[in-house]
Amino acid sequence: MFEKMTIEDCLNYNREELITQSYERIRSIDPVIKGFITVVEKPQINDGPYRGIPIAIKDNIATKGIKTTCASKILENYVPPYDATCVKRLKDYGFVILGKTNMDEFAMGSSTERSAFFATRNPWDTDCVPGGSSGGSAAVVASGQVVAALGSDTGGSVRQPASFCGVVGFKPTYGLVSRYGLIAFASSLDQVGPITKSVRDAALMMEIIAGKDPFDSTTVSRKIDFLSQIEEDIHGMKFAVPKEVYEYEQLDGEVAERFEEVIRTAQKLGAMVERVKIPSMKYAVATYYVIAPAEASSNLARYDGVKYGLRIEETGLRDMYMKTRNAGFGEEVRRRIVLGTFTLSAAYYEAYFNKALKVRKIIANDINQVLDKFDAILTPTSPIPAFKVGSISDPLTYYLMDIFTVPANLVGIPAISIPFGFVRNKPIGLQIMGKRFDDGKVLRIARNFEKTSPYNDNGRIRLPVVRI
Amino acid sequence: MSYRTVIGLEIHVQLMTKTKAFCPCRADVFELPANTAVCPVCTGQPGALPVVNSSMVEYAAKIALALNCNVHEYSRFDRKNYFYPDLPKGYQITQYFYPIATSGYMDIDVDEQVKRIRIRKLHIEEDAGKLIHEGDSITQAHYSLVDMNRCGVPLVEIVTEPDLSSPKEARLFVEKLRTILRYLQVSTGDMEKGALRCDANISVVDEINNIQSNRVEVKNMNSFRFIEKALEYEEQRIIDALKNGQNVEKETRGWDLSNRITISMRGKEEESDYRYFPEPDIPPVILSEEKLDQIKSTLVELPDQKVERFVELYKIPRYDATVLAMDKEIADFYEACVKKIGKPKEVSNLIMTEMLREMKQLETEQIKITPEHIYELFSLMDKGEISIKMAKDIFPQIFRTGKMPSQVLEEKGIRQISDEKLIEEIVRKAMIQNPKAVEQYRSGKTNIIGYFVGQVMKETKGSANPQLVNDVVKRLLEGSS
Repeated sequence: MFEKMTIEDCLNYNREELITQSYERIRSIDPVIKGFITVVEKPQINDGPYRGIPIAIKDNIATKGIKTTCASKILENYVPPYDATCVKRLKDYGFVILGKTNMDEFAMGSSTERSAFFATRNPWDTDCVPGGSSGGSAAVVASGQVVAALGSDTGGSVRQPASFCGVVGFKPTYGLVSRYGLIAFASSLDQVGPITKSVRDAALMMEIIAGKDPFDSTTVSRKIDFLSQIEEDIHGMKFAVPKEVYEYEQLDGEVAERFEEVIRTAQKLGAMVERVKIPSMKYAVATYYVIAPAEASSNLARYDGVKYGLRIEETGLRDMYMKTRNAGFGEEVRRRIVLGTFTLSAAYYEAYFNKALKVRKIIANDINQVLDKFDAILTPTSPIPAFKVGSISDPLTYYLMDIFTVPANLVGIPAISIPFGFVRNKPIGLQIMGKRFDDGKVLRIARNFEKTSPYNDNGRIRLPVVRI
Repeated sequence: MSYRTVIGLEIHVQLMTKTKAFCPCRADVFELPANTAVCPVCTGQPGALPVVNSSMVEYAAKIALALNCNVHEYSRFDRKNYFYPDLPKGYQITQYFYPIATSGYMDIDVDEQVKRIRIRKLHIEEDAGKLIHEGDSITQAHYSLVDMNRCGVPLVEIVTEPDLSSPKEARLFVEKLRTILRYLQVSTGDMEKGALRCDANISVVDEINNIQSNRVEVKNMNSFRFIEKALEYEEQRIIDALKNGQNVEKETRGWDLSNRITISMRGKEEESDYRYFPEPDIPPVILSEEKLDQIKSTLVELPDQKVERFVELYKIPRYDATVLAMDKEIADFYEACVKKIGKPKEVSNLIMTEMLREMKQLETEQIKITPEHIYELFSLMDKGEISIKMAKDIFPQIFRTGKMPSQVLEEKGIRQISDEKLIEEIVRKAMIQNPKAVEQYRSGKTNIIGYFVGQVMKETKGSANPQLVNDVVKRLLEGSS
């Protein structure tokens, strides 16, 4: 069954057939799921240990010669002249890029409804969203159209859709994976991460995409071992659960119940779980929604109609700029550009942006202090399971859903979401956050949960049966 | 004078690093075909990231050290956000909050006096591209083209305190700065090619009524002469306004070369808000003490130090030393000559008059003359084979062709006449032709001697040995034939 295969399964499979099967699956399933913006017709097949294994790339990661749209009208026809570093590395190892996946425009959103082109559907319930912003990547992996995918995570955009679609999503320590070629949303928060059908696959992809890149000065040269300790037990480890999780009003009752099972599972694995207070965590969302839009307002200034992408012709320069950007950006993107432009303006810089930078430091201190005493922090990935397409319209409700995922981005620490049970027949995720550069340990803890979870079959996550 | 002029400068220096500020494209883009030195980074492609060119930081630190600045161990890049077609990313990477260097100074010589001009700050930033408007006029053009070659060329911006009190001082400051930049070999300093660009802020204080005019920013002054001319024009414009009890607009004006006036560039438009914030794509720049020491150790002797040394060592006038030190190549040439020849003042005279004049007319950069030439020239004079006048006469030819002095003399068929018999003959002839003059001399009017010397020089086309001629004329006139 191709659709259930992990990267490791593929290694012992006839490689020539993988691509054919992947295409067949895309042809039959994707008209319902709508995970792809672009399906590559003639993929480039390189030699390498992973030759012929089909993967998908989120459409905000540059692929040479393949349209990269950010799910935005402003880049609707943009074909990058270069490969992102992470893409290049995967290609060098033989992975085959079969397509570019749908997302919320410029990665701004948590449902993939904010794509300028179409909404992607959740393979577990096609009335529901797949989460976002890497909803396309999560959906095409969960529905078995490709073996694995890359997403990007600025405030939970890999982990939350992984949680909604019941797959594994990993956000590495900031600086481990090159951002060269990742179309910037908020540069100090963005990080590329794998979306896979197993924790081992996530570790395996990290082995390939992580590492110092001379084209990204924010990457670090530190060598991380993602895979070799992954099967070791976690006996004697100590986990912290923030009390704030339970105080959060929007936490779904059934999600809270599943989370209690997480704690029991941890204890079964010989780990100790303690509730701790991280008071500054409640400011994380507010801090995030000052810093991310501010950086975005600057990062998105280059889409001006002059060099590439959409241009609405006008006689005056100012009019050309305004009409182009108004037509090219969707409502949510425009909202965040306005927000960021405001908080960076000279009159408000101190009151908003600079204050947010200070609060970010406080949150980092608080969380790092907890991680000095504990091996990891556990939370639900999202306070709710996947919701129905079109059911949430208020932007603030959207923003508040990021409560558990944004801290990891603000602090720059590794965090993973793995499937842990179901709520009303939809998967939910467990998030594990670790200390900076403890990516290997986070994956090892995740692997232990994966092996022991009562919702998995012999340590393998359950995948949806897509009704066509 | 009841009016006092206050000028501060903002100077942009293009660094001559091999590559651009944040990408591997070549940085010497002047006159390259449009958009041929570009890459994903400097054209602002989605997803491309800047990487700091470390030579750029070193060059900036060198300039900062030469300008006596406080060079900071920690500096950082920031984004300056604004929209313009020559700015592909929609922001310029610059240093706003933590510049690499602050609080320095440079001394200039104004009318034989040393004046200290303080430097407020020095920071690194990237250059923007160029717009080419159809038909050369931005308002009439139907379209404009963008050339992104210059995008990302490394710049250092130097901001002075408002310590300059005349247009001339402003010019002297920029001239001296260029000399230093060339000494350091960090910039070509060519104003005509935009490698050195100067903007000025000027205001005038009416000291009697204690009124300060608004500050006017003047741009487009792309030569030393225009800096002085434009600021003189602006100074007068402001004084005229003050005299009439008026003020000038606080605005930006540009030097209009063809009409030799300044014209308003932007209206009273409120100041732009550049929304500066720390550049998240670039980690802070850390310049360790060891690194800074290492950069310090590579600094060459700077013009001021050279002047002191020349005065001390060669006992030449400060004026000479200053002129020689204006150009490192000249100064080095001078020193090489003196080491061979001695005679520091005589060599200085020759270089300052003959050589500098020739250099001004030189069209190529290639200088053919060597200290060897000067050495031979002085030897010929010492041996009495040529006079100083002859040396000066043949100098242009030596300079332009690179031929040795003796060869030039031979080709021209000139040789100093030291043949005593020949000179005697000419003097005798002159005495016979003008017995009156002989009588005058003998009756005590000894200065008539000049007439006879002149006659000899005329006959020999100036090539007679002047000392010998003098001796012969005296001897014959005094009748001891």
